[in-house]
Amino acid sequence: MRVALFITCMNDTLFPETGIATVQVLERLGHDVVFPKAQTCCGQLHLNTGYHDSAADLARRFVRVFVEEEIVVAPSASCVATIREFYPYLAEQLDDGALAEEVEALTPRVMELTEFLVRRLGVTDVGSRFSERVTYHPTCHSLRGLQLGDVPLSLLRAVDGLEFVELPGATECCGFGGTFAIKNAETSSAILESKLENVVATGAAVLTAVDRSCLTQIGGGLSRMGSQVRTLHIAEILAAAP
Amino acid sequence: MKSGFPERAHVALRDMQLRRNLALATTTIRGKRAAVTGERGDWEELRVAGAAIKRRVLRHLEDYLLQFESSVQRAGGSVHWARDAQEANEIVVQLVRRTGASEVVKVKSLTTDEIGLNDALTAAGIRPIETDLAELICQLADERPSHILVPAIHKNRVEIRDLFRREFGLPDLTEEPTELAGAARAYLREKFLSTAVAVSGANFAVAESGSICVVESEGNGRFCTTLPETLITIVGIEKLVPTLNDLEVFLQLLPRSSTGERMNPYTSLWTGVAPGDGPQEFHVVLLDNGRTNVLADEVGRQTLACIRCSACLNVCPVYERTGGHAYGSVYPGPIGAILTPQLVGTAEAGSLPFASSLCGACAEVCPVKIDIPQVLVHLRGRAIRERTAAGAGERMMMSAAGWALAGERRFRWARRVGRLVQRPFVRENKIERLPGGLSGWTMTRDLPAMPRRSFREWWNGR
Ligand code: SF4
Repeated sequence: MRVALFITCMNDTLFPETGIATVQVLERLGHDVVFPKAQTCCGQLHLNTGYHDSAADLARRFVRVFVEEEIVVAPSASCVATIREFYPYLAEQLDDGALAEEVEALTPRVMELTEFLVRRLGVTDVGSRFSERVTYHPTCHSLRGLQLGDVPLSLLRAVDGLEFVELPGATECCGFGGTFAIKNAETSSAILESKLENVVATGAAVLTAVDRSCLTQIGGGLSRMGSQVRTLHIAEILAAAP
Repeated sequence: MKSGFPERAHVALRDMQLRRNLALATTTIRGKRAAVTGERGDWEELRVAGAAIKRRVLRHLEDYLLQFESSVQRAGGSVHWARDAQEANEIVVQLVRRTGASEVVKVKSLTTDEIGLNDALTAAGIRPIETDLAELICQLADERPSHILVPAIHKNRVEIRDLFRREFGLPDLTEEPTELAGAARAYLREKFLSTAVAVSGANFAVAESGSICVVESEGNGRFCTTLPETLITIVGIEKLVPTLNDLEVFLQLLPRSSTGERMNPYTSLWTGVAPGDGPQEFHVVLLDNGRTNVLADEVGRQTLACIRCSACLNVCPVYERTGGHAYGSVYPGPIGAILTPQLVGTAEAGSLPFASSLCGACAEVCPVKIDIPQVLVHLRGRAIRERTAAGAGERMMMSAAGWALAGERRFRWARRVGRLVQRPFVRENKIERLPGGLSGWTMTRDLPAMPRRSFREWWNGR
């Protein structure tokens, strides 16, 4: 199947290894991955910070770039949730009927990586081997936005050699929230504190999630406290070949 | 810029006693709510029904209000319309003055807190006495309630014991809950029996019958609404439900969502005046105070469906850390973050919509299915448009980012610039200190340095 990759601006610039792993997983499963080069950002940063004119421009751009694609896959739940939940809102606010129609047609074809693998392809074993103790943080957008449930877990459970440990208080927010982490840095940090305690308590070597953004928050806190726990996007675990 | 949520949170987050109290209280209520909502197989249907009824009321609010007015009048009560806080306060002060009373007992005081009624009464020489135990505690401590349902959630038993010892002149009082409640009861019973006027809020107002419904735990509300000669009830215009039958839905949604009980201990319903039984004079003050403005906004109007259950507060990771006072608003937590800016404007409360990580826990529990994150994002847009939030630095950075993201070449160029700019801050592949507006991040978190090669460079080089 031809799969158009939406890499997201954050992965593109800061975490290329997440994008590379995504490509590897999809290609290993025999898909034809394409990367439309005109893509930049879904607009989430501007949307959530209140700059809705810029967000609308970026939404229009995203739709223009991907409108012809059969299926668009992104290794980020929060970007997919933004597209699914807020593009209709932006189109409505702009009173842009044409955009609204395009959004309605496109959004069901935009999927988060694990959602695509499990719900669309029906695959849970992607043939990876990863022999470490791993815990998993279900990010808010994957859990309450995209309603992924244990879709990502089913993939992790099928990884050869992986020892899974449950994260206490898993469904609680990590405190990231985009610019919230900067504008309300102290509150964000206070929320993060509990998450860090819980991650460390698992004794896991690796913390994984479907969003690099939340992992930047938790990983940044772990790094600051000198913890040895590493953060990996789930694609990086799924890409690890035997 | 004047003090906003971040500044107030800064103070609250340092109060470790407050944070322990809050964490304990919210975790307990959260667990109870989860248990009693989870046991209902039809919980989702109840939510859908609650949401639908409330939205119908909002669609036809004018009709329901007029119907309610005539129902109240038919039942022997009077209805007063108040455009704003000042009008409402004037009406109440006048009504109390007419009775000659110098004290009033109060219950369900959230809406009266919104309009600052206690200050208005005090200025008119009338002493307001809160009768909800927690509200009483706040009043005695001269503090603002910090939770909708558990106004004194920020105080623990020892703090309350000390307060009662001082205020009631009981030096030997212990912190046993029964003793604390007993002390308050003795004080309040005396007030119920000697006070001729009561002022109440309402949980629901029924259009077809003109009935008022008050839901509570202590029974003090029932004293308030039955013993005094005159009863004045202040009702936000969004509190209407069409028929008594509709209460079936809300009397299930509300207690399970708020206190985590299957049923609340006291539900009081009264309709107008019954000769020889209960208050012989009954007034309803219908309060707008910004609500019709909220109604006019297509996205924001769902906020008016709120039944003030406070479930959203109890699950909110922000509220759990900062408590209610950080919101600087009568309505704290997620509901406060969406309601207050709409009622008082973003110039007053522009920082509130930003006081959320948009985690969505609130929307997941809201019994009337208000999409709180959507309204938050909507109001952030309004605050930025009205220039009542964010400084010049942020605006510059956001427009720079908007420019850079608007084209692929620009995007690649911006990344190269970013690599140059980050250089003085990078140590061992990470950034431990950022300047200016970004310093908040590095206060507690490292940031990985931008790597040499971007994803698209890797892709192009394949
Ligand atoms: S917004 Fe919803 S959850 Fe929050 S207090 Fe209102 S009804 Fe309850």
